[in-house]
Amino acid sequence: MLISKDDRLSFEKSKPGRRGARLPKQRLLESNALDLVPPSLKRKQPLLFPELTEPEVVRHFVNLSKKNFSIDTHFYPLGSCSMKYNPKINEWVAKLEQFAWTHPMQKDETLQGTLEILYELEQCLKEVTGMDRFTLQPAAGAHGELTGMMMVHAYHASRGEQKRRKVLVPDSSHGTNPATAALVGYEVVEIKSNPRGRVDLEDLKRHCHDETACLMLTNPNTLGLFEEQILEITKLIHGCGALLYYDGANMNALLGICRPGDMGFDIVHLNLHKTFSTPHGGGGPGAGPVGVKAKLIPFLPSMHIEKKGNHYEVVRDGQKSIGRVSAFLGNVGILIRAYVYIRTLGLSGLKQVSEDAIMNANYLKEKLKRIFPVAVDEPCMHEFVLTLQKLKTKGIHSGDVGKRLLDYGFHAPTVHFPLVVDEALMIEPTETESHETLDQFADAFRKIAQEIEEDPDLILKAPHTLPIRRPDEVRAARNPILTYRDLAGKDSPETASVR
Amino acid sequence: MHYHPMTDQNRDDMLKKIGVSAFGDLLKGIPSKLRDVKMNIPEALSEWELQSRFKEIGARNATLRDHLAFLGGGSYEHFIPAAVAEITGRQEFYTAYTPYQAEASQGTLQAIFEFQSMIAELTGLDVANASHYDGATSLAEAALLALRQTDRHKILVARSVHPHYRQVLKTYLAATPFSVEEFGFDPGGVFNPDDFKKRLSDDVAGAIFQTPNFLGAVEELEGVSDQLHQMGALLILAINPIALGVLKTPGEWGADIAVGEGQPLGIPPQCGGPYVGLFATTRALMRRIPGRLAGITQDADGKRAYCLTLQAREQHIRRERAASNICTNQALCALTACAYMTLMGKEGMREVAELNLDRAYYLREKIAELEGFHVALDVPIFNEFMVQSERPWDQLEPHLAKAKIFPGIPLSAYYPELKNTLLVCATETKTRSELDRFVEVLSQC
Repeated sequence: MLISKDDRLSFEKSKPGRRGARLPKQRLLESNALDLVPPSLKRKQPLLFPELTEPEVVRHFVNLSKKNFSIDTHFYPLGSCSMKYNPKINEWVAKLEQFAWTHPMQKDETLQGTLEILYELEQCLKEVTGMDRFTLQPAAGAHGELTGMMMVHAYHASRGEQKRRKVLVPDSSHGTNPATAALVGYEVVEIKSNPRGRVDLEDLKRHCHDETACLMLTNPNTLGLFEEQILEITKLIHGCGALLYYDGANMNALLGICRPGDMGFDIVHLNLHKTFSTPHGGGGPGAGPVGVKAKLIPFLPSMHIEKKGNHYEVVRDGQKSIGRVSAFLGNVGILIRAYVYIRTLGLSGLKQVSEDAIMNANYLKEKLKRIFPVAVDEPCMHEFVLTLQKLKTKGIHSGDVGKRLLDYGFHAPTVHFPLVVDEALMIEPTETESHETLDQFADAFRKIAQEIEEDPDLILKAPHTLPIRRPDEVRAARNPILTYRDLAGKDSPETASVR
Repeated sequence: MHYHPMTDQNRDDMLKKIGVSAFGDLLKGIPSKLRDVKMNIPEALSEWELQSRFKEIGARNATLRDHLAFLGGGSYEHFIPAAVAEITGRQEFYTAYTPYQAEASQGTLQAIFEFQSMIAELTGLDVANASHYDGATSLAEAALLALRQTDRHKILVARSVHPHYRQVLKTYLAATPFSVEEFGFDPGGVFNPDDFKKRLSDDVAGAIFQTPNFLGAVEELEGVSDQLHQMGALLILAINPIALGVLKTPGEWGADIAVGEGQPLGIPPQCGGPYVGLFATTRALMRRIPGRLAGITQDADGKRAYCLTLQAREQHIRRERAASNICTNQALCALTACAYMTLMGKEGMREVAELNLDRAYYLREKIAELEGFHVALDVPIFNEFMVQSERPWDQLEPHLAKAKIFPGIPLSAYYPELKNTLLVCATETKTRSELDRFVEVLSQC
């Protein structure tokens, strides 16, 4: 069989005395180095680690890798995730020894190559978004949001407006928006969507006042719809003295088409692992640079790269800076990949990204809406949302259809999100998929619709062809087994005594 | 464009099927005044041009390969078995999304589970999460956990904790009602117990120590957890995972939370990131842990299955009531660390730690013999230590630069009292001849 049925942990394959790496035998000290460590500082608990040879370790992980869907093996139409192809030249550059084997504490003059790339990347991101300056430090989208909201706080505090304690988020927003606002201590106020899936301007008006700190907005929103009244929204928010935050999760729709900076956004975060093609890695690392308008520049995190003549320099913060948000310069390896992508595509290639992404989404929407209704049936941007409401009478949910798609060799779309759509399936094909793939995907949908009529159980119990059937998540949460020790019941003396 | 399959012919056909005559018809909802976009971005380069161009740019960096480097301070040069990159490079791991669809992500989920198991094992604690952004953000999230758990307002942190980590902590807490208070260290670099005790009060949520700390010293923490627990506060320890092959674990010290930088576990220094934040804690605090957790359960056929669990803590479920806003973390770096630890295995982890001790103690002894340099020989260390020079380092620097040596990290920028003091690091990657050469160049400065 192609996919190994072995589900044992490395620990369970371990045999005492085996090893997967050899280290130098030579010792420089006359005595054993361990004897130099006072006994009270030494580890007593033996290390329960796997013992395997290198070929065993490699086979273990290669077989594991085959139990994954990935962009390189499957179509991955996850809404708001921009699962596009991850170009290999990005990897080739980032892994060059000249970049990978540099230390963050080296002096600027020994890092001119890396600093040049970071500087140039910032210039490109400014052009793409229409913002005045970027920080490249945040390690992920949610980290960028946090950085942005800390700047919102610092900005209002600097103006003596501490009473601005409310952050507005549309009910269609990503979960990270309210979670981030709460982390910075804000009260979260949800703004309703109108029947066309956009921000309800009347509801927004009611919440624009002198206690409003910020509106966090995704545009196009999570329904894949452009907020057509964006200029009115901007006016309302700025009119009450609040700031406008742009969640860049959906920036893949806008490259060269329009810019958040021109719309009036004050702060923007980008997800380089979405729009700028860096790999998702099974859940990171990404990068979440944050761009701001001039009035917020003083509040940016503490390091910025400047070009002086032909020399690049890391400039430390001013007094109003929110400070450092990660240990060093940020996820430099990811930033390099994103810059390579920009240079590979160039100006016209970048514009093509969004045009093709929008075309693919509208094309697929036309095909799929004949099978299941679209939440808001209008031209969409780079993604769209179906509603599977009518299946509820059969006891079938959008998540079930997602599971069945796995059997057809397609990753599930984003399911049960956005929350404003009942039984949502959120679909983003991206620009790197061909219409042949989209046609095959639509065919699978058609077949599933038929199966729902003929044999609903097939859907309810899907998937049937993957390494596992549906996992019992309730059991996992009730009786958490989170480590090999939990599984094997090998309590350490310390933990046993604590319980 | 060689990543985009759509041809002009496809475009026309698709527009017809969509039912519009021109692409612009799809964008009618966008106010026209926003549509006039001018971006100053250079035109495309071919892959061949890109390769030469980036090699050229890369050549403007000095690297840890063409220099003899003694830089540590939160990012370390370690031996990485070749198999690590081959495993991590499997594109089925590399280009997968967060494992929300468990059935299509058993590979990633099992690897995360093994990573969690090994981090829990190293730290001697019950639970570890799937990773954090880096050591600094892990530490800040640990402080937030302690503040929420105890419902108190103050965090104590040793001044010997990495200065960048302390800065991130302050950034994270700036917008909150919480405050940070620091306690000092003795001349050798270990924390000052009197200063710590003096500041410990019943409004303290937790205290943060690092061991080995930023100054290289391994802390003696006997009794610290008792002092804190009696006060109702938590002990948070920042660790170096390589050191835990031989050094006393956070669990053995009675810590409630262990955090740390996972970069030493097989991840190249790459100028500061991506790295991987480690986060481990006790069962008692498990349901407050920030970030992803993978667990074992059964599938519908009763077979073993791996899935994300305790998701009720997370932002996509709880929104503004989540334990943290963290979403995507550093899964691929966690996988790298997992592959590294599996290859090293039980013996390898102990040996590599022992080799670090051997190299660092050797170098410290050699430098101690030099005139004009001072080291504290009585302070326990792991792979880093302070070297004080009688002359300003600026004066020595040209000699060292000529010899292509990065001698260490000057500490006075972080600690004004540590004048002419360098933090010097020697890991298992250094040979006798390299260490001797460094000492030789120092002696001639």
